[in-house]
Amino acid sequence: MNNIARAMVLDGNEAAAWGVKLSRPDVVAVYPITPQSSLVEYLSKFIADGTLDAELMNVEGEHSVLSALQGACLAGARTYTATSGPGLAFMFEPYVRTPGLRLPMVASLVNRDMLSPQCVWGGQQDVMTVRDAGWIHMFCESAQEVLDTVVMAYRIAEHPEVMLPVNVNHDGNYLSYGVSRVELPDQGAVDAFLGPKNVNWHAALDPDRPMAVDPLTGGADAEGAARFVAYRQSLCRGMQTALDVISDVHADWARAFGRNWAPLVEEYRLDDAEIAVVTIGSMSGAAKDAVDAARDRGIAAGVIRFKTFRPFPVAALARAAGKLRALGVVDRAVSYGWNCGPVCQEVRGALYGSASPISVLSFIGGLAGADLTEAHFARVIADTVAALSSPPAAQTVWLNAREEGTPS
Amino acid sequence: MSRPRADMSGIPADLCPVATVPSPMLAGDWRAMRPVVARDRCVKCAICWLYCPVQCVVEKSAWFDINLAACKGCGICAQECPHRAIRMVEEAAA
Repeated sequence: MNNIARAMVLDGNEAAAWGVKLSRPDVVAVYPITPQSSLVEYLSKFIADGTLDAELMNVEGEHSVLSALQGACLAGARTYTATSGPGLAFMFEPYVRTPGLRLPMVASLVNRDMLSPQCVWGGQQDVMTVRDAGWIHMFCESAQEVLDTVVMAYRIAEHPEVMLPVNVNHDGNYLSYGVSRVELPDQGAVDAFLGPKNVNWHAALDPDRPMAVDPLTGGADAEGAARFVAYRQSLCRGMQTALDVISDVHADWARAFGRNWAPLVEEYRLDDAEIAVVTIGSMSGAAKDAVDAARDRGIAAGVIRFKTFRPFPVAALARAAGKLRALGVVDRAVSYGWNCGPVCQEVRGALYGSASPISVLSFIGGLAGADLTEAHFARVIADTVAALSSPPAAQTVWLNAREEGTPS
Repeated sequence: MSRPRADMSGIPADLCPVATVPSPMLAGDWRAMRPVVARDRCVKCAICWLYCPVQCVVEKSAWFDINLAACKGCGICAQECPHRAIRMVEEAAA
């Protein structure tokens, strides 16, 4: 491919920063937090060196980060930020306002487990806590996918029939600090891929067209209620349209740069599989290794990996799981009160009413930076295979739990 | 000076909540206390006019008065008036 400028050795944070640089944002606002910090340090360096022509706003906290970017977006700028765990929590108020205003921002979430206990390591409790805030959520497996997805996210967010903010998720520690070979797309080819920047005219501030953004809407009278509903329905339409747009943009990326990422769910060795491990994020590599090893032993296993979690790809999941009889879903987060992970909960919901019943087993692992190894996935595969012949355990299996009988 | 012009064609009205006409929903209905101006003490220094957060202070020929349809009764004008010309009165008593 001629559209590759050069190969570099990058961790996920630096790969994200290169993706941002290639996308030429006008305004970047940041506040550092582990494990995101090095990402914004790379961006700060690009801007200081003059290789990225963007306004860098060092503000006093994440609430101000997103509030400042809302203003920049309303002025027509292309914007970017990145955060993690508690930083996302501090960002929550402007975070939930952004999709409703249909501001096409791109923000990386370098996923971190949530308090308490105090914790600075990877986990997906941060993003899963905000999965119904109205942002599009995509999850990456490798540093290369991080770079590519950050660029693609701008095309998706700014699509006129989507106009929604996009979170590009990459796991803290495993992806943020793990280094690998990354191919850097050519700047001219990325410029052609993204096309000219579109100002968000639906709410761009213009003295000749005075308006109040986000007026009081709703209330008890029928007209107010109907107006509120219309905005909600409009956001839902944008989300559903995004399913097609995400697929189209990934196909365009494959044509331009030769890398063919699955846009919604990745199907790995599913052709003749009876069971699959369902994964999300960086754990997927270990899961694929475990599936390869199981295949060597004659076990018909595969992997279903979520790339897109919002909008939830119901049809793509049903297609992938269509011929399977059991799924072992591995979550890196907890849905309290459900006693399972959010991915498992939603897979069960999406497959409810399927033509042929599928057993869906719940596993939780990789919390607070815990390692998810090939051995853990071998356990997931063995339990899921066992569910083919006997009723599966209803309880979640906690992969990193203390072994029974060992001292605390 | 030339600026890019907004092309609003094709942008649905329910995309993003914006208002282009003033809301008739004024705070006067649910105010608990109202400011009362003592005309003989007012020197038209305009401190109340400057501080009022909802800009409901109106200029009269010899004093400043309050538009009570818009006033939410916050009392900032009474607090700031250097001549103690404004006092807050319970709505029930007014």
